[in-house]
Amino acid sequence: MNAPQPPESSSAPVPPSAPTTPTAAMIRTLGLVATICGLIIVGAYQGSFSAVQENKRIALERAVFKVIPSARSIGEYFATANGVTPASGDTPPGAIRFYAGYDADGKLAGVAAEGAAKGYADVVRILFAWIPECQCVTGFGLVSSRETPGIGDKILVDRDFLANFKELDVRLNADMNALANEVKTVKHGTKTQPWQIDAISGATITSRAVGRGINEAAQALLPRVAPHLDSIRTKP
Amino acid sequence: MNLGQAKTFDEFMEGIWRQNPVFVMALGMCPTLAVTVSAINALSMGVATTFVLICSCLLVSLLRRVIPKEVRIATYIVIIATFVTVTDYAIQAISLTLYDALGAFIQLIVVNCVILGRAEAHASKVSPLTAVINAAGMGAGFTIGLLALGTVREIFGNGTLFGISLFGANFQPWVIMVLPPGGFFVLGGWLLLFAWWAKRRDKAALPADKAAEGHQHA
Repeated sequence: MNAPQPPESSSAPVPPSAPTTPTAAMIRTLGLVATICGLIIVGAYQGSFSAVQENKRIALERAVFKVIPSARSIGEYFATANGVTPASGDTPPGAIRFYAGYDADGKLAGVAAEGAAKGYADVVRILFAWIPECQCVTGFGLVSSRETPGIGDKILVDRDFLANFKELDVRLNADMNALANEVKTVKHGTKTQPWQIDAISGATITSRAVGRGINEAAQALLPRVAPHLDSIRTKP
Repeated sequence: MNLGQAKTFDEFMEGIWRQNPVFVMALGMCPTLAVTVSAINALSMGVATTFVLICSCLLVSLLRRVIPKEVRIATYIVIIATFVTVTDYAIQAISLTLYDALGAFIQLIVVNCVILGRAEAHASKVSPLTAVINAAGMGAGFTIGLLALGTVREIFGNGTLFGISLFGANFQPWVIMVLPPGGFFVLGGWLLLFAWWAKRRDKAALPADKAAEGHQHA
């Protein structure tokens, strides 16, 4: 049986795939919306820029003052293969950014630098303090961590663990091109050397991340900074 | 209360009760489970989402006559992404600690189905005022949902509420509550309570309806 034929029309039928809105209208609308949205975003960026920069500066100062308690002001520097230069803008390739903490008299109280290593849940990022006089690490603070609450975050409160950082030995070797002894996290209760970190029982992976983060950052930074300490001894 | 006020009130209450995004529609579960480890995080995420919801619904409603249906989703996403970016800058300007605590979930508001759903199903069809009232109700409902989870998880998981210690130093935190499984447990508990409450209310309403029906027949 034949299907009933549709009645013939004088005008040509519209193909089903033809868009009902002209292409130009769609482009015009998207252009209009994009312009409005662009203006809103740029306005918000300009309006919040100074407040965001100020917040970042305060957060950085707080972090440095926490690991170098005697510091009252900070200076930002790049450590490159050729020496130490004051930091400005983004870190250039191959350079390491670090912060010099100055006491109330403007004298160098310590150097703070970032270290990072893979922990249990994610990368553990820390800021540690290096004191040139004792050639040791005297403290660290957390920059970011997603470690298990109640377990991984013990690295900030466990007294035995924090005791590792009273004077953690990071002396350079005679050639001044690497640490004399690699900073290493050892199993809880087996620490025998001043460059070892006694891990927290039950949070060994996070403890190791702290040790690795300090070791890798110190191995890269200290051979570049130590020979040029005189250039950062006083606040510029 | 006149008819207009009653309609406005109904429009606002829709998101808080009948179509609560968390407890009824179960939308936006990603931030609901991830950021509710503390009450302040939950409140901040709720306020941020409400801001994006209101602003994007207002703009979608204002532009509803000029947005062709073929490109509506792309347009809505651009509008939503704009207000998420504004929120992102605002939170960075207010507190970097809060910004770090909320992490990537601020940017992920772009893909929160509550917002796209409101733009598509409601704001694109109604006047700007109605769209804003409805969006405010939905935002308030979402914030209440997040707070309900955040307060329970913070109290049991940390022994604090908005950072204030409730039980003293001897409290042993129930750590699982601030871990991902705790989010599911608490959400399940709230959903159970909400469903039980709705069922009880429906049951209570049933005899009254029957009585009214019987009276009509008589």
